Amino acid sequence: MSDNPTIRIEHVRKTFDLKGDEFVALGDVSLDIADNEFITIVGPSGCGKSTLMNILAGLEEPTGGRALVNGDVVRGPSPDRGVIFQQYALFPWLTVRKNVEFGLRTAGMPAAQRREKAQHFIDLVGLTQFADALPKMLSGGMRQRCAIARAYAVDPSILLMDEPFGALDALTRVNLQEQLLDTWSKEKRTVVFITHDVDEAVFLGNRVVVMAARPGRIFDIVDIDLPYPRTEEVRLSPEFQSLRNRVWRSVYHQDRPASIAH
Amino acid sequence: MTVMTQNTGAIARRTAARARKRSNRNLVLTVVSLVGGIAIWWLISLVAPQLPTPPAVAVRGWQLAADGSLFQDVGASLLRVLSGFVLGTALAIPVGFLMGWYATVRSLIEPWVQFFRMIPPLAIIPLAIVLLGIGEQPKILVIFLAAFLSCVVSTFQGVVNVDKTLINAARVLGAGDGTIFARIVVPASFPFILVGMRIGLGASWATLVAAELIAAQNGIGHRMQQAQLYYDLPTIFVGLIVIGVLGLAMDRILLAVEKKLTSWQERR
Repeated sequence: MSDNPTIRIEHVRKTFDLKGDEFVALGDVSLDIADNEFITIVGPSGCGKSTLMNILAGLEEPTGGRALVNGDVVRGPSPDRGVIFQQYALFPWLTVRKNVEFGLRTAGMPAAQRREKAQHFIDLVGLTQFADALPKMLSGGMRQRCAIARAYAVDPSILLMDEPFGALDALTRVNLQEQLLDTWSKEKRTVVFITHDVDEAVFLGNRVVVMAARPGRIFDIVDIDLPYPRTEEVRLSPEFQSLRNRVWRSVYHQDRPASIAH
Repeated sequence: MTVMTQNTGAIARRTAARARKRSNRNLVLTVVSLVGGIAIWWLISLVAPQLPTPPAVAVRGWQLAADGSLFQDVGASLLRVLSGFVLGTALAIPVGFLMGWYATVRSLIEPWVQFFRMIPPLAIIPLAIVLLGIGEQPKILVIFLAAFLSCVVSTFQGVVNVDKTLINAARVLGAGDGTIFARIVVPASFPFILVGMRIGLGASWATLVAAELIAAQNGIGHRMQQAQLYYDLPTIFVGLIVIGVLGLAMDRILLAVEKKLTSWQERR
């Protein structure tokens, strides 16, 4: 990896106290992520992938080790690290536009500038006609697009996505994957994307990090050397299939060491 | 996207039509229920002659309205209930927020709130009369307590129940504690506060009439008390109906305010 990774995870450990027993959510996790990488993390439930993301977001503190973003140790949340939650987490009393403007307003940006910037990202995710609608009027996919626009608007250098499409139906999910890559190609950011869906992980990422549980750890890292933009053709290609199979075995047959699994 | 908009429009129109149909049906049923209820009352009053008939009560209501005493009583009662209610909720909302936001404040205040909640406000009346006499203050104090105690608990619940994900979402967008409080916690707990206000209003109203029964020179409760001395059942009925109708009207007003202010909520 490069000498100055955008994200550096150094020997991160996270343990919880479970009625006197120590539960190890994350064992000893280290990972470097370079600028503008699209990293997907996939693994069984309980592998600590969400914990790892929360640590990067600054919403949880590691028990040991540290996470660095752009050379600085993560201490608490920052608008430089945008987060997209599985439950959308839109503010239900605000319109799409006001939701997208939220972070800009917090940063003290003047109203006119705020509006212009919000409009840009609302257009980018295809919600132009719904800019003044309340979240309750939107479908799940539209809500998540609004959340993506809201995260983008504050101009973070990295985007952390915690199973953002997990609650959506398969068709909407494929649509949003393509849209997300489209948005990402226009507005490059370093992305860490968590999923439990092997296809999604392979389709989106330039590297797939496979995690294992008890204790939560990195089990395997697979380079996905498929070209962007990733179209339907890529999704249906034999190269995609073989990478998918490789990741699949790594996720579902963790009783064997990674080197034997493939 | 255009197709989606058209679909949404059509669905919205159909839903609106269905809702209109439903509300027409509800209106008809409400009228049927009212007429039926009055008819049953009339029948019972024919069998039990000590009960006044609906026309007798209507005549008495008209008389009381014509000589102005009904409006005087209603005015006096409303003034009491609104003073107590406004003071009670005005204090309950900030206290509820403090209790929800600061664990220390909660631990200090909650035992007292729970303790006083267990005492019916009416049980405070003897104490209030001894300490504050029989003027307006003891009545307003009792109503104030009733409104405060109902509203403080639900405001506090509202703050505690704010979705943690929304707070995290605001935090990662750069919001500090002040912004999170003003722009997330306050709007998110609004539905709870309004429910608390409605319960508080009901409690105030219930307490008012009882407070007036005991020591008052005017008001609806006082009027009923007087009527009881003279065995004037129609006046008592007028009093009961006025209390019910006014309480219902105030509750509907708050409900309308609630609907308007929390229309962003997803209702199941």
